Formats: sequence, structure tokens, C-alpha cells
Amino acid sequence: MRIVAAMSGGVDSSVAAAALVEAGHEVIGLSMQLYDQREGREAFGSCCSLDDLYDARRVAAALGIPHYIVNFEEQFEQTVVRNFVEEYASGRTPIPCVHCNATLKFAHLLERAEAFDAAAVATGHYARVVYDEEHGRYRLLRGVDPAKDQSYFLFSLSQEQLARAWFPVGHLTKPDVRAMAARLGLTVADKPDSHEICFVADGDAGGFVERRLGVDGRELEGEIVDTAGTVIGRHRGLHRYTVGQRKGLGLARPIPMYVLRLDPAERRLVVGPREELGRRELTASRVNWIAGSPPDGPRRVTARIRHRHPDAPATVEAGPGDHAQVVFDVPQLAVTPGQAVVFYDGEDVVGGGWID
Amino acid sequence: MRIYLDYNATAPPLPEVVEAVSQAMAGIPGNASSVHTFGQQAKAALDTARTEVARLLGAEASEIVFTSGGTEADNLAIRGAAEALEQAGRRHLVTTAIEHEAVLNTMRALERRGWEVTFVPVDASGVVSADAVAKAIRPDTALVSVMHANNEIGTLQPIEEIAKHVRGSGALLHTDAVQSAGKVPIDVKALGVDLLSISAHKFGGPKGTGALWIRRGVRLFSQMTGGRQERGRRAGTENVPALVGMGVAARIAARRVATGLGDIAALRDRLESGILTAVPGTVVNGDPARRVPNTTNISFDGIEAESLLIALDLEGVAISTGSACSSGSLEPSHVLRAMGLPQPRTRNSLRFSLGPSTTKADVDFVVGVLPKLVSRLRQLGRPAVAGR
Repeated sequence: MRIVAAMSGGVDSSVAAAALVEAGHEVIGLSMQLYDQREGREAFGSCCSLDDLYDARRVAAALGIPHYIVNFEEQFEQTVVRNFVEEYASGRTPIPCVHCNATLKFAHLLERAEAFDAAAVATGHYARVVYDEEHGRYRLLRGVDPAKDQSYFLFSLSQEQLARAWFPVGHLTKPDVRAMAARLGLTVADKPDSHEICFVADGDAGGFVERRLGVDGRELEGEIVDTAGTVIGRHRGLHRYTVGQRKGLGLARPIPMYVLRLDPAERRLVVGPREELGRRELTASRVNWIAGSPPDGPRRVTARIRHRHPDAPATVEAGPGDHAQVVFDVPQLAVTPGQAVVFYDGEDVVGGGWID
Repeated sequence: MRIYLDYNATAPPLPEVVEAVSQAMAGIPGNASSVHTFGQQAKAALDTARTEVARLLGAEASEIVFTSGGTEADNLAIRGAAEALEQAGRRHLVTTAIEHEAVLNTMRALERRGWEVTFVPVDASGVVSADAVAKAIRPDTALVSVMHANNEIGTLQPIEEIAKHVRGSGALLHTDAVQSAGKVPIDVKALGVDLLSISAHKFGGPKGTGALWIRRGVRLFSQMTGGRQERGRRAGTENVPALVGMGVAARIAARRVATGLGDIAALRDRLESGILTAVPGTVVNGDPARRVPNTTNISFDGIEAESLLIALDLEGVAISTGSACSSGSLEPSHVLRAMGLPQPRTRNSLRFSLGPSTTKADVDFVVGVLPKLVSRLRQLGRPAVAGR
């Protein structure tokens, strides 16, 4: 079968492509160019993930498959970067990776795959898709490696997208993947995992947002208040803070203070002691149900409110509209607007949405 | 089966060139600067190559400076002239908006270092008007650089006319003839230019070799400093085997151009009219008459050139758009943009460039396969996007 392998130049997607080749598929490697990666115009040496694209190309050559770099700068700018800046500007803490997956990899790239007569897009995500014959639909499952599971980032995939999404490393552990890369002699076998937000070169998301908004950081400064409304300090712009944050507040208080809430209307940062951080309920919006339709009535799930957070038992109920109400059995720390909440039933992703 | 229609990117080395280069690799081991017999042998081989390259351009062998390619030749011409004439108070440069990046980015680099640069626009057919260039020339203009043939759309620029305006202004006239050498007859005297760049691999020679023709008496500042090679105009031991190959390619190109390039224009026209007929929503970019005989640039409504290029490659057909960035992904064409084409057309056009090995069967295969690919691309249903 002809399959498009989305190749980022990392070890996971490289091994995903290799596994498809070994399985006898006709694999076409595609890498996405997402932002302008030209070397500095005057001086050079300041770079960049051009290296990743070159790694992808080398892996494709080693696998003996064609490889193309597709220019998605415009799509990336419109669906990922702009949203990232807007979310921060409105006092939320975004996760751009979800948009990148749903819109770039499993919409635009899938469309390219169709253009090239390929049956599916394969990525290096640690997640699994299985077809449920009985109900005639696809299930999205956690990756086998609990330390690497990336199903959280894929909650927004529709049945149509799942039908054509392949995750060849989802049933492997990271050590398996590295071992396979080493066995195949792939140069990326020992390449470190990426953690940073890829388009924020220096890790300074705050500075990135300010540059994109075209403002001086000082214009965004405001008051830090406690829950009684007493001003107890100043902040450097709400986009530089996230709920649950304790470090970097610059407060001299007898007890540790945490960010409880960002209040963009008043441009205030509301802080308080750890006990006040817990929340039992949340509303999620733009909820996607993997089965294709919402469950009838309340459903017992475990819910995850951040990528690297353990699941917590909760009850979720769909509605109104594409919203869902989530009630945790015990209060959760740092429920953060802009992050995703993803519902699981054992291995299965039930659905997920954006925390309001 | 693989069909190669990307001769403007590079023309695969001619068999005679491959043969000559390998023989020279083994048989001419010396350094052309050496006094001894080995050196003399290498020097003689270089002289022959220089004469053959000069003949392709209607020039004298002594006016040819070998370089590492078209880009270096352009850099030497522009930077060399700008720096030489700076002392005379000339700090202004003129070029066009559709030049190759070798010229455009060299101009921009000089601009950042204090030179003033005028980028003359082109009309909707991709031709610069000689009058517009004339108007851009000032008393302090050091150099005018206008390409002979455009690499993306193939249009030929009115160099002779421009030369009339430059003459007497005290400025030098450079033309980047990388895309015209070997495709149309070139006579540097008839063109009336002072400097002319060529690249061997565009007419079947080895990559990494090129030349700048410098009219006798024109003074440039060298850009590569070191030994006294190339009469002190370009330091560095000459790549003798590759330059021998360039000489052979130049000889063959000169012969071909003199006999009218066979039926390449007829094949190009067959391809062009075939596509226009078989694929609705297509249009040719650039002046249909004033262009090199091997190139056509066609816009396909409602598609991304990038996807069509990949789909064609998967069918065994190699073409390009002419503008790629450092990663190899495609960018909107600065040439089509400069022609004032609407934004979609700067992203939906493909360049087909033919060469001496192109056959009627190649052309017919491409015309046959395109309708299927284009309609598949046009029919793509956008998959549902959830969770946005």
C-alpha cells in the first residue's frame, strides 16, 4: 500500500517510516517546513531545525524511499502560531502541538497524501488506532509505553482522520524504538527527544508573544492580587504566567503563593496558597468524541488535564452543544484554561476538549 | 521510466563531457601554474577549454575568467565592479526584480553595506523595458545588471537596447547569461555588454564550473584573493579536469546553437499546446515569443505547484518551479510576483524545461499523465477538521 510517512527528523517518525518499509509498503516521506528556516541573512551560524529536515532526508535516503519537504509555513502560521499568540494574549496557556497534529498532520498532510494516491498518513506518535468491527468504528488507544504515551495530543481526531492515521510505533516502547533505529543504522538513533515548542527558538515563549504582538513587555505589566483583591506585587505580563505556577512571582510572603487565575479583563494575576488551587469541576469546549457522537448521560472516565499529568477519576457529561462538564472525584491542582482535558476509559481515548 | 524536463536546473552531463573529464582526471595530473612539463600539459588543456568557451560567446580567450559557477561569476562581476568604481564616487547599482538570487542577493548584500540599488520592475509578460532601465541610470551608477534569459519563464531581456543606454554613462553593463548560453546564440560584441556570466552545467558541462567574460580593458576588484591564477582575477588552482569538460560542453553547445537546436522549440510547443488543450484552467506565463526555445512556465488553476510537482515525480516526471528555499521546499515565485500575477498564480505554476535528449514520447507521456493528476488534486475534499 502507498503510505505517506510524516518525517520530522526525530527517531520516532524515522522508525515509523522504517517499520512501514519493512512491512513492504510503498512509503513516501514528507517533512513539513513550518517556519522560515533560512540562515540569517547577513551572518550565519544561528540555526535551527533545518538540521531536523536534513536528518529526515538522510533517513529517507537510508531507507531508500522518496522524500519531499512540503511548505506549510502559511498553514502553520494561520492555525498554530496565531492561535498560540491569541491564546496567551487572552490569558490562557495554549498547547500548540494539538493544533499542529489535528490541522497540519491529519488535515493538510492527509490531503497531500490523497493527492499522491496514498492510503494513510503515518506518524511517530505513541498511540494506537484499532478498528472496532462490532461497532464499525475506530478506537484511539494510548501508546503501549506509558512514559511516552502521546494520545493526549490526538484527542481531536475525527473518525475520518483516524481511518487514515497510522501510528507504527504505538505498540513499541521508546527503548524498542531506539533499538530498532540502531539496528537499522539510522543516524538519528541517539538523537535526544524534543520538548520545547519548536517555533520558539530560545525557549522564551513570553518574548515570542511580545514580538508577535508588537508590544514592549512593559506595556503588559499589571498587578498581582490575592483572592481578597489586595495588591501584593506586580507581574510582567499575563502571558508569562500559567495557573499553578509558584516560581518567578517575586513575592516575599510567609507561605508559598501560586497562580490561581489569570484575569485579562483587569490585567491582574490572582495568587493564593496551595489549598486554593484545587478545582473539582471544569467546563470543556469544542469537545471531540472519538466514537463520533457524545455518550448518553454521565460517563465515568479518568481525565487528564495536562500532557504530563496523571489521569484522575471523574465523571463527564456532554453538553450543552459541543461543551462537556467534568466533575473530578477529588479536587485537581492547576486546572488551566487553554490546556486540553482528555477523557480515558482504560486504554481508550473517549474524547477531549479545551478547558475554559 | 524517468522523464527529465528540468534542464534549466541542470542539464545532465553530455557523454562526451563525462569521457573528457574522466580522461583528464587520470591523464592531466598537473597544476596549471607549474613550470614543468606536467604544468605545461595542464595549462595547454586549460587554454583549449578557454578558447572553446570564448568561441561560444564570440569572445577572446584572454577575456574569460574561470569560476566555480554562475553564482561566483555573478558575484565577481557585481562586487568586483561595485568596488572598482566606488573610488570614482559611483555607489549606485541597477538591476531588475526578476534576476536570479545570485544577482538579487548580491545586490541586497551591497545595499546593506551602503550601496544604493534600484530594482527595475518588469511588465506582465516578464520583460524589463530598456527605457525603464535607462531612467534608472544616474551619474553615479557603477553597474547595470540585467539577466539575458530568465530561469523560471525563459523570457529574453532586451540587452542590446539596454546596452545603448548604458554606453556613455560611465557605468558597466553585466548580464547573467546562465540560462541563455547554449540555448540561443550569444555574441558579446553584438550584445554590447561589459561582463557576462555563464555556468557549464546548464549546457551539459560539469557542475561547479563557470566563467565570467570580462571585456578587455574593464577593471574589476578580485573577490577571491591568493595566487596569480586567471591573470590575477580569480585566485585558486584551476579545476583542470572539470574545465576541460566545460570546454567540451561549450564546443558542442556552440555547434548546436549554430544549427538551431534541432526541434527543441517544436517539442516545447507540442508540450505547451498539449497541456493547454488537455488540462482546462491552464495558462502560459511570460512572453510567448521572446523566450529561450526550451522553456515553458504554466499556471494550473486551483492546485499547489508543490503537490503537482511531487505527484509528477511519483509518476517518473522531473520538473520544477524554479524557486526553492534552503530546505528544498517551495516558495512563491518572486519572478511571477514581480510580473504582477495574482497571488495564487505565484504558487500554482510549474516550469518545464527541455533538453537535447527530450523526445516526442517524453512530451506525450507528460501531456497524457497531467489531466489525471491535476483533476485528482483539484477534487481533493478537505477532511473534516475537528477540535479547532
